[in-house]
Amino acid sequence: MSDINQLDDKTRAPVSQRPHRIEAGGEGIGANITVTIDGQDVKVPMGTTILEAAEKIGIRIPTLCHHKDLCVAGVCRICSVQVDGMRTLQAACAYPISQPMKIHTHTKKVRQARRHILDLMLSNHYGECYTCGRNGNCELQSLAQEYGVDFFRFGKMEEPIFEIDRSSHSVIRDMNKCIMCRRCVRTCIDLQEVGCLEAIGRGDETEIGTFMDKPLADVICINCGQCINRCPTGALRANDPTDDVWRAIDDPKKHVVIQTAPAPRAAIGECFGLEPGVPMTFEMNTALRMAGFDKVFDTNFTADLTIIEEGTELLLRLKQALVDKKGPVFLPQFTSCSPGWIKYIEHFYPDMLDNLSSAKSPQQMFGAVIKTYYAQLHNIDPKDIVTVALMPCSAKKFECNRPEMMDSGFKDVDYGLTTRELAKMLKEAGIDLPRMAKSDFDDPFGTATGSGVIFGATGGVMEAALRTVIELVVGIKVENLFDHANIMPVRGFEGIKYVELTIPDVGPVPDILKGLFDSWDFLKGVTVKVAVVHGTGNAKKVLDNIKAGGKFAECHFIEFMACPGGCLGGGGQPIPTTPEIRAARAKAIYAEDEAYEIRKSHENPAVLELYTKFLTEGPCGHKSHKLLHTHYTPRGKYIA
Amino acid sequence: MLVTEQERLRDDIASWAQDIGSDRSALIPILQEIQGKYGHISDFAMQIVADKLGIHPVEVYSVVSFYSFLEFKPAGRFVIRLCRTIACDMLGKDKVATQLENDLGIEFGETTPDGKFTLEWANCMGMCDQGPALLVNDRVFTRVTPDKVTQILEACRKAFGIYALGSIGEGHL
Repeated sequence: MSDINQLDDKTRAPVSQRPHRIEAGGEGIGANITVTIDGQDVKVPMGTTILEAAEKIGIRIPTLCHHKDLCVAGVCRICSVQVDGMRTLQAACAYPISQPMKIHTHTKKVRQARRHILDLMLSNHYGECYTCGRNGNCELQSLAQEYGVDFFRFGKMEEPIFEIDRSSHSVIRDMNKCIMCRRCVRTCIDLQEVGCLEAIGRGDETEIGTFMDKPLADVICINCGQCINRCPTGALRANDPTDDVWRAIDDPKKHVVIQTAPAPRAAIGECFGLEPGVPMTFEMNTALRMAGFDKVFDTNFTADLTIIEEGTELLLRLKQALVDKKGPVFLPQFTSCSPGWIKYIEHFYPDMLDNLSSAKSPQQMFGAVIKTYYAQLHNIDPKDIVTVALMPCSAKKFECNRPEMMDSGFKDVDYGLTTRELAKMLKEAGIDLPRMAKSDFDDPFGTATGSGVIFGATGGVMEAALRTVIELVVGIKVENLFDHANIMPVRGFEGIKYVELTIPDVGPVPDILKGLFDSWDFLKGVTVKVAVVHGTGNAKKVLDNIKAGGKFAECHFIEFMACPGGCLGGGGQPIPTTPEIRAARAKAIYAEDEAYEIRKSHENPAVLELYTKFLTEGPCGHKSHKLLHTHYTPRGKYIA
Repeated sequence: MLVTEQERLRDDIASWAQDIGSDRSALIPILQEIQGKYGHISDFAMQIVADKLGIHPVEVYSVVSFYSFLEFKPAGRFVIRLCRTIACDMLGKDKVATQLENDLGIEFGETTPDGKFTLEWANCMGMCDQGPALLVNDRVFTRVTPDKVTQILEACRKAFGIYALGSIGEGHL
């Protein structure tokens, strides 16, 4: 396992994985070095940066270009510190300690230099804070406040230089606000391996741009929005549809329905000053109704539906491979819930699109179900229904605008809203989320299961699928195999996880699948190999491994999520994001799963009712194929 | 671009990658080869190079946009770069510049309509003791006077390639 998780290019490894560090207690000469920072001694392993050493003893050094998920850049110089015996100031984030030294973090020279750097950045930064989406959550703004910038020493920009790139459904680029920290570049190239953004030009003409300066919609951007989460200013932001949503709410003829995904509820509290990891699920339901949404549904309902459809599809593919043995069989099957991942594979591995499950993502399934089943049930004209999706994701905005997502006869999902945008709407409505009373989701999709909730974390789709497939095939309670039905091997933040499970015995075929399978005998004794991958950088490694016929080519089912950490680290989640924040959100999601009475998708009564009343041909039947499945577009990576 | 031309470019890049290497560090030598043979590095070429070296096209574009001697738009057959730094300036680069502009009918940063000449500024090329200096493609001319500009341009106009410039003799390296 460790071999594929290794980074090929060590020089661009994230800060936390920097290779030249010698661990504390190492045997090397001078492995531990004592340095003095502002008069305090601290003993650190050789190769530790000044910034990390200072953090260890609680001394704060300001940073801008530094980010824990990314490699060292040392370009903004705001972290400059003075080192005794050195002529110039050193960048604390990029200076590896190799000998005992005396460091001063806030001498006059340092303070002046930092103020100077800020003044220079501001002289090049166009945009009023009042009109900026990051007002109040901007690293440049807070540093300017911290260092007491009270006038523009070097003047300020009176006119914008760059046109705002609004071409993308998901990401808006306003380079007038860019401070050249290159966090987005490192995110796009190193973390996500997409390679959309780079520094173009030289000297004072440098700007962050795309290939041949094309608009973002015309290049290979996968809309994952990771660059938005890491941008220190408002240069990158999501395409905000809140005005349209308000308009729909204010229109009495429109029936506005919102579905909420599992990841935003674990994070939205951060926008209201709470610690990361405080779930706001039921408070949010009350708040959404107060804001004016007519119905509040749980995307977990279609997450459960996804599991049934995708799980059935997997079993059908396995049957084709093991019993029928004819025609091409596309294994491993890839999950299709993450729209960023979908666009990634469409661009970079278009020859592997057949491996993707044809099941739509939960968001799009819900849109199709609301404008058909729900509209029928409540006798509402689907053209008057506006479906809004609360998602942790910027790529969902692109997904709901895909031309093929019109299976209900209307645009299945009208607007994709990110966690940040909803927080803004709630604040606009004067709602203090943490103080809301708790209330449940609306019927008929009210009941959710724990399996749906864990879709929000990496490994969640796999865990949910395994819980269902094991019970449907083996016929015994999954609790008998895994304590509390917690399938621990697929959890955690390791970039690529690989798990093997042997099916010891098979049970009878359950009623819901009787039309498709006669018996499970073909699965007896089969070792099911699955993998969980998050971050498209890791996805690239796995797909290359599959192409080369490596270990992952023998897998049966692989979960891919475009964002590091899965949905909880999505591009629509509250800013900032760090490994610690993502871990706290994951904890909240797994805690919510434990709290549910029903924790397996196939036991969701609302899903079963949908199959008896509406999708009467069962999973992967004709109607579900029409409404719940989709096809993909091979896009290729060549930019014309 | 014609398909045959694309094929030729693809083959060329493949053979250069074989000679020079196919990792990140081979990027600039390969780009120089393309620049030398094709006169510019097209967006298609950048994507092929990126593919060969396992990097992203935007990284190649970043490098091409950084270096003045790598062009992503087709330039004239003869790219004339006049040094604009202080030593050449003091030795009379302005007169040479005016002569070039008048003679070619274009300003600095432009290409003649027939695609034969491109006029550009260059920063110091290390010929400070023999200024004013200019480069025609990769050939240096020193102690250039307005008269000599006319000669150089005349030779270029007659020439099928840069080698015909040898007849001007004195001054080139």
